[in-house]
Amino acid sequence: MPADGATNRAPETGAFFQRDRTWHPPALTPGYKSSVLRSPQKALLSFDNTLSEITGPVFGHAMLGELDDDLIHNFARPGESAIGERIIVHGRVLDERGQGVPGVLVEFWQANAGGRYRHKRDGYLAPLDPNFGGCGRTITGADGGYAFRTIKPGPYPWPNGPNDWRPSHIHFSVFGHGFAQRLITQMYFEGDPLIWHCPIVRGIPDKAAIETLIAALDMQATIPFDARAYKFDIVLRGRRSSMFENRPEGN
Amino acid sequence: MAQSLDRLRETPSQTAGPYVHIGLTPNFCGIDGVYAGDLGATMINDKTRGERVELRIRVLDGTGTPLKDALVEIWQADADGLYNSPAELRGAADPNFPGWGRQPTDMVSGICMFHTIKPGRVPCRDGRLMSPHITLWIVARGINLGLHTRLYFSDEEKANAEDPILARIEHRVRVPTLIAERQGNTYVFDVHLQGDKETVFFDS
Repeated sequence: MPADGATNRAPETGAFFQRDRTWHPPALTPGYKSSVLRSPQKALLSFDNTLSEITGPVFGHAMLGELDDDLIHNFARPGESAIGERIIVHGRVLDERGQGVPGVLVEFWQANAGGRYRHKRDGYLAPLDPNFGGCGRTITGADGGYAFRTIKPGPYPWPNGPNDWRPSHIHFSVFGHGFAQRLITQMYFEGDPLIWHCPIVRGIPDKAAIETLIAALDMQATIPFDARAYKFDIVLRGRRSSMFENRPEGN
Repeated sequence: MAQSLDRLRETPSQTAGPYVHIGLTPNFCGIDGVYAGDLGATMINDKTRGERVELRIRVLDGTGTPLKDALVEIWQADADGLYNSPAELRGAADPNFPGWGRQPTDMVSGICMFHTIKPGRVPCRDGRLMSPHITLWIVARGINLGLHTRLYFSDEEKANAEDPILARIEHRVRVPTLIAERQGNTYVFDVHLQGDKETVFFDS
């Protein structure tokens, strides 16, 4: 999986900034019931990154199909399209130093406009859309930018509390340049009142951290008479400069 | 007031949820025709160098029940201990080995299988060699932030005994939670999310 020319920047080999685990949701968030039996209870083992965490896979543009970044059409029958609010989601993948992270794979998945997932375990009574699959992917450009076209997902009920509803959201999976940057998160939509009721969202202790997961309506990126736009930037761990560190491989 | 550090903060993690397969292994969950195949499903070909091995991995919750909706990714060096990554500056890794794989746990048995090769040894920053290992990253419904651990090999006793990361584990009784048991060409590895046999997870 060679790099495919998204950047000429020399590869960086510094260790990553330590993760602020008070900013992320803790493993145990009892309001989100599934976390109770799936959260480690012993302390994590800390150590500075080795090559096993500093390195990571790179995916070339050659793997992408023409419609991978278009969920309105990538599962649709010829001439048809998914039902729902047509939107563009765009933004940049940055690191904590504010630098764009080029050439990284971003994958996303979501329910349809009615809140139904195309998954055998989803038994919600809202119907499937025969023209909507719900998955897409892209690779960031030279400045870390990405964009895809989709329909806005609907909220859906889930078996947690007796009447819990997930806010509209799109799941994101992001690779960085090192495996220690690997991240999965969820994007929410500006103004959705369900955000502040959701036990999964509220597992994040800090309101300011939650707000970084809310995409802003972006009228300037909207395509008139076609699709509205939302902007969602994603920040991955930054890298330490290696200028005053020992050479990574010793001797 | 001192100057601002002008740093951004990492985007907070959220659970991958029960439908993670839709995005990351769509063909596995019946969404075919969008991608040719599931990314990371195949790690080796006829030209890949090294000893072929299978990893038989389960992830168990605090009651000992296997997770049937988890997703496991692995990242490892090639047979010579080189990573297939631009940040690998020691040499060129085997071009027929990406080093990365992704598998869901089976929806009935909870088992996930990787067909890969046994990795070579990789040095720490200070030059000491680590024992052969595979990095695991585990996400699932109920896991708020992907869990990071390592799989070491039961037939590498001597190397394991001098591994600088294993050496950092204060409670020695927990070291075996990171060691997969060899059965023929298969390594069997159970990840316990919590309880008496809780696997050692990393913050690195």
